[in-house]
Amino acid sequence: MRKRKGNGTYPEKTTPGMGKGVPYLMVLPSVLLLSLCYIFPILYMLYLSFFKWDMLTDMEFVGIGNYRTLFSKTEFHQVLSNTFVFTFFTVAVALCLALVLAVWLNHNSKIHVFVQAAIFTPHIIALVSVAFVWMWMMDPNYGLLNYVLNSLGLPASQWLQSPDTAMTSLNITSVWKLIGYDTLILIAALQSIPKSIYEAAELDRAPKIVTFFKIILPMVSPSLFFLLVMNTLTMFQNFDTVAVMTQGGPLGSTNTLVYYIYQNAFSFYKLGYASAAGAVLSVIVGIMTLFYFRILGKKVHYQ
Amino acid sequence: MNKTSKGKKLIVSVINVIGLCVVAAVFILPFLWMVLTSVKTFAETMTYPPVFLPGKINLKNFANAWGSGPFLRYFLNSCIVTFAVIAMQFLITIPAAYAYARCRFRGKNIMFGLTLSTLMIPTQLIFVPMFLVFSKMNLINTYWSLILPFCASAFGIFMIRQRFMQIPEEIIEAARLDDASELKILTHIMVPMARPTITTMLLLTFISRWNDYFWPMVMTTKDNVRTLAVGVTMLRETEAAASWNTLMAGNVILVLPILIIFIFTQKHIIQAFTYNGEK
Repeated sequence: MRKRKGNGTYPEKTTPGMGKGVPYLMVLPSVLLLSLCYIFPILYMLYLSFFKWDMLTDMEFVGIGNYRTLFSKTEFHQVLSNTFVFTFFTVAVALCLALVLAVWLNHNSKIHVFVQAAIFTPHIIALVSVAFVWMWMMDPNYGLLNYVLNSLGLPASQWLQSPDTAMTSLNITSVWKLIGYDTLILIAALQSIPKSIYEAAELDRAPKIVTFFKIILPMVSPSLFFLLVMNTLTMFQNFDTVAVMTQGGPLGSTNTLVYYIYQNAFSFYKLGYASAAGAVLSVIVGIMTLFYFRILGKKVHYQ
Repeated sequence: MNKTSKGKKLIVSVINVIGLCVVAAVFILPFLWMVLTSVKTFAETMTYPPVFLPGKINLKNFANAWGSGPFLRYFLNSCIVTFAVIAMQFLITIPAAYAYARCRFRGKNIMFGLTLSTLMIPTQLIFVPMFLVFSKMNLINTYWSLILPFCASAFGIFMIRQRFMQIPEEIIEAARLDDASELKILTHIMVPMARPTITTMLLLTFISRWNDYFWPMVMTTKDNVRTLAVGVTMLRETEAAASWNTLMAGNVILVLPILIIFIFTQKHIIQAFTYNGEK
C-alpha cells in the first residue's frame, strides 16, 4: 500500500498512498449496479419496443408497429391527456397554495412551526396509506367529506365513483400529499432573502402586494422553478394513487401513463407494446429534465 | 385612534390563529380519522351521519388485519429490505464517493457521468425491462429484486462526494504524515466529518424504502417476500377483511413507525428533506 518513499512525487494518474487498482475497486460496485439496474434497462426497453412479445411465445420483430398502434389508439390519447391534465392541475394548485402558505407560515413562533410540521407530515407517509384514507373519506355513502359538504349546505359528490369527479378527487389527494414539501422549500427560500431588502421596501412605503410581486416572487423564483420541475416529474410518473383508488376507472377517466404501461405489461402481457409506451414516457421525462438543466444553467450564469 | 388600531390588530391576530388551526386541521384530521376508524366496529363505520368517536376502543380490527394475511411476514420483509438497502448503500456509496472526491484514475469522469445520468431515470421508467432481467436471473420473488436497484444511490454518491471535497487537504496530509493508512483516513477522518450528510442520506433512504409500494408490487407475486405497503393493499382482496375499519387498522400499522420517528426527529427529517431540495 504505502509507496511514499523516494523523491515524493507521484505518477500523473495515481493517487497518493494507494495502489493503482484501488480507486477502481471503490467505484466498481456502484458502476456495475447502476449500469445493470438503470442504463441497461432503458436500452433493453427501446429494443423490446420493436417486438411483439407475450413472454410465452417467441419474439416477433414488428419494426415501429407498436408505436403506430400506440398513436392510433384513442385509448392511448385518453391516457396521455389524462396524464397531462392530472399533472397540470395538481402541480398548478399545489404551487399556488404552497406559495400562499409559505408567505403566511414564514415565522418562527411555536404555532407556525407546529403548522409547518403538520402540513409536512403527509410527505413522509406512504402514498398507499394516503390513498386509502382519502378513498375512505371520499366514500359517497358513509364518507366524511360528503358529511362536511352536506353540513355546509352543499350537494354531496360521487367523488371517485363518477367519471366526472374521479380525476378531481385524485388531484385533491395528490395536492394534499405534495403541498407540505413545496411549502417548506419555499419557506427556506424566503428565509434566505436578506432582511435589508424588506426594510428598504418598507422605507419606500411599498404596498404589501407590490412587495410580493416585485421582491418576494423574483427572489423565490429559482426555488419555484425547481419545484415546478420536480413536481411535474413526480406527478407524471404517478402510479400509487391510481392503482389504489381507481385502477384507471371509472371508464378509463383516471388511467395515466405508468398505470397504462403496468396494465399492458402485466395484465395483458403485451410487453413490446408496453415498452413502446415506456419509451414515449422516457422521451417526455428526458425532455423535461433537459429543459430543466438548460434553464438552470442559464440561471447560474446570470447570478 | 390608538384604541381602534389595537382592536383591529387583535381581530387580525385572532383570524390569523383561527386560519392556522383550520390549515393544521386539514392536514391532521385525515390521520386522526384513520386512527379513529381503525378502532371502530363495522357497524359504526356504516352509519350516516358518521359517528366520530367509537363507543369503545375496539382493537379487534388490528387482530383481524394482522391475522388476515401473513402480516408478520410483511412487516419483517419491510424491515429486512429497508435495512439491507441502508447497509448496502453505506458500504457502496461511501467508498465510491471517496474515490470520486479524492482519487485520480483513468475513466473517472466517464464513470461519474454515468452515475449522475442515472439520477434522471426513475424506477417507473424501467420496471418492465427490469422485471424481465430479474426473471431471467431467477430473482423475482426474492429479496434481491427489491434490494439491488437501490444499493448504489447516485444521489447519495453525489451528496457525499460534495461533502468529502469540502474537507481540507491539510487534514488528510497531516494524517498521512502520521502514517495513517488510506483506509484509516476514510474511516477515522472522512466518514466522521461527513456524518450529518451520511445520516441525512440514510434517513431519506429509510423513508423511501419503507413507504415504497410500486417496486415491491411489480417484483413480487408471493406473500413470502411482499412488503408491508403491498400487504396492506392485499387486505382489500381478502373477503373477511374488506371493511374500512380493518383496512384502516392495516394502514395504521404501516404508518405508525414513520410517524413515531417523525415526532421524535421532526427537525432533522424536515432539514433532510429541504436539504434534498436545495441541493
